[in-house]
Amino acid sequence: MRMIIANRLNDGRVVFYTAGGGWDLDIAAGLGVEGEAEEAKHFAAAKADEAACKVVDPQLIDVKVEGGKPRPVAIREVVRAFGPTI
Amino acid sequence: MYRYDEFDRKLVVERANQFARQVKRRLSGELNEDQFRPLRLMNGLYLQLHAYMLRVNVPYGTLSSKQLRCFAHIARRYDRGYGHFTTRQNIQYNWIKLEETPALLRELADVEVTGIQSSGNCVRNITSDQYAGSAKDELADPRKYCELLRQYSVLHPEFSYLPRKFKIAVTGSPTDRAAVAVHDIGLRMHRNKQGEIGFEVLVGGGLGRTPWIAHTIRDWIEPEHILSYVEAILRIYNLHGRRDNIHKARIKIIVNQMGIDKYRELVEAEWQRIKDSALKVPAEEIERIDRYFAPPAYAKLEDATALLDGQRKASREFDRWLKANTVGHKVPGYAIVNLTLKALGKPPGDIDADTMDRVADLADRYSFGEIRISHRQNLVFVDVRQDQLHELWQKLDALGLATPNLDAITDIICCPGLDYCALANARSIPVAMDIRKRFVDVDELADIGELKINISGCMNACGHHHVGHIGILGVDKRNEEFFQLTLGGSSDQNASLGDRLGPGLPQSEVPDAIAAIVERYKSVRNDGERFLDTYRRVGIEPFREAVYGKDSEKAVA
Amino acid sequence: MALIRDDQLVDDDSRLLADDEALPASGKVVVSLARWQKERDALLARKEPVGVRLKSDESPETIAADLERLTLVELEFPKFRDGRAYSNARILRERYGFQGELRAVGDVLMEQLHFMRRTGFNAFEISGPDPLGQYRTAQAEFSVWYQPTGDGRETAINLRHRLAGETRDR
Repeated sequence: MRMIIANRLNDGRVVFYTAGGGWDLDIAAGLGVEGEAEEAKHFAAAKADEAACKVVDPQLIDVKVEGGKPRPVAIREVVRAFGPTI
Repeated sequence: MYRYDEFDRKLVVERANQFARQVKRRLSGELNEDQFRPLRLMNGLYLQLHAYMLRVNVPYGTLSSKQLRCFAHIARRYDRGYGHFTTRQNIQYNWIKLEETPALLRELADVEVTGIQSSGNCVRNITSDQYAGSAKDELADPRKYCELLRQYSVLHPEFSYLPRKFKIAVTGSPTDRAAVAVHDIGLRMHRNKQGEIGFEVLVGGGLGRTPWIAHTIRDWIEPEHILSYVEAILRIYNLHGRRDNIHKARIKIIVNQMGIDKYRELVEAEWQRIKDSALKVPAEEIERIDRYFAPPAYAKLEDATALLDGQRKASREFDRWLKANTVGHKVPGYAIVNLTLKALGKPPGDIDADTMDRVADLADRYSFGEIRISHRQNLVFVDVRQDQLHELWQKLDALGLATPNLDAITDIICCPGLDYCALANARSIPVAMDIRKRFVDVDELADIGELKINISGCMNACGHHHVGHIGILGVDKRNEEFFQLTLGGSSDQNASLGDRLGPGLPQSEVPDAIAAIVERYKSVRNDGERFLDTYRRVGIEPFREAVYGKDSEKAVA
Repeated sequence: MALIRDDQLVDDDSRLLADDEALPASGKVVVSLARWQKERDALLARKEPVGVRLKSDESPETIAADLERLTLVELEFPKFRDGRAYSNARILRERYGFQGELRAVGDVLMEQLHFMRRTGFNAFEISGPDPLGQYRTAQAEFSVWYQPTGDGRETAINLRHRLAGETRDR
């Protein structure tokens, strides 16, 4: 499954694109997207939000579900989602 | 230290106002991210993994207690209560908000501090010897030349859109604590036959993806010609540096592509044209700046070795700390004191706001209100009375700033890495902290002696791993963090780049590998021979075998 | 696209000619370096004002001998980040003493106008709303300059010592 991650423009915080078309600090609120069509549709909305100066550099990232909770696959995105590991 | 006059002050206020306007334009969409990025970088603002990161300049690593207190205030008001000192003598804040940055920069401007050109494709912070002004082996204080170069390079209209970043370092000592050989321009002070002060000019050094030791472009330049010569170097770089590939855009690439002789020819031709222009520095200006670096009001003291001997006999801990963390001073009765920011359980180079305030107080009480930042991400008090060392030590100890590990195996240089940095491949801080945990016994530290470990989380080498006695480089292998070790690097006047030890190791194996290297060193070293010298004498094989075993095909893979 | 020259909004009285476009009988034209090198004599024979446009990797040396005959030199910024034209501008003004119009073209944004002026540009092709307002804001943003360039402004170093001398002499 994939999610869309970005940084908020005004404060740089990491946010996840939600089902309601908004952006949430918590990955648990992130919208899981499956398949090319869904990905393209929501990513286009995310890019529109970038053009509207809400977020910077939206990216589609791989996410798995562990114990009912979403968790990014790449270490880098884990750090972005949950903060520094130290 | 230098104090702004009305012109300096005006400029930084105007710059802060400009940035406030640019932030407004970005938030309203008048500027897109591509157009805004270089502008915010030229004020020190990065967009990192979690938030904006602000890099604040500490020009040539010199800070007043007032400025350090402001750093503490910034940490509390705009960040999460701490800051991080870097290998270029700057401070970084990790949790900054774009919309608050204009107010933050104005507060910094009030204490004569900025983030101007701490990033971007322009001339960065001019760095120098952290012991400047107090070092025994110094020819002259290099900081006046650093200040001259700082003003020259700030908001230079011709050189704000270079092919890539540009770093200049200056040393006033034959013992190079400023790493000039791995800078884009290095200035090495020396005297000519007439006893006058001047500089050897080095060009094209650097770390990163293609590390290189600098070439000498000119053996001798007089101080009055520093600015015009630097201008000539920068102009040739601006015109000829590659712009097709950001990984091939530094001056070291073009110098090596053309060859130093050709590069020199172009620079010298340009310099001949401009050397007698308005860039020639008037003696009055050098003198004016020099006055700011006049020595503080040293007391007339005798050397206090006898007193210290008594104190050392009475306390093993004090003795260890004195030996490890203090250095002789040019003035009798004084000493240089290093405060390592490498405490157990803390990220290297980090310092919280309360500690910053305490250090500022101690600086006022013991070192004429001044603090220095070193390349190893530590702090220095450069003017402490020997007869106050014991008292100072007790206070530092109470603050956790008296670990006797300067230049020792736990005095690790470590970049922020993948815990913070968008460029990183791997997390460097946990590796540093694991190694730190492994070597807690202070007697063992003293026995191992000088052993500089430098850790970078990626090829950009902000942790200077190429010039570590042991270098550790984080690499990403199929979403797993691996670490490549190098041995035998050095950033001093006998600079060398480290040699690759073998294939990358998973994070869990790194502390054992370090321990194996240390054991091997102890078993082959001569009496009193430090690690780097042993390495240069015996070569890499004994260490390769120690880490990878006798299965050396595996090692050379 | 608006043209600002010598701090005023003006009409662009010159035409940029493509390399394969026929030379008009009259009117001020600007040609690429390649065309200038090929058709220099024909262009000069017109006895009309002529200009040359240099790309960011084309050196001012190539037209240095002809500068007195050029009314206009345009320096291109293919991307605002490509800073070569700043050096080329200074070389044209300070090394070769070019007195004609030095125009910044291409990706010319408000945020770089101040530096462009400092390095010797006196004309700017700007897009976007309120070009003159943008330009004026940009020029007014700084009143202290550290580095000497050909723009004739007094540097901080000069001011400091001149003022110190004046105070002393009082």
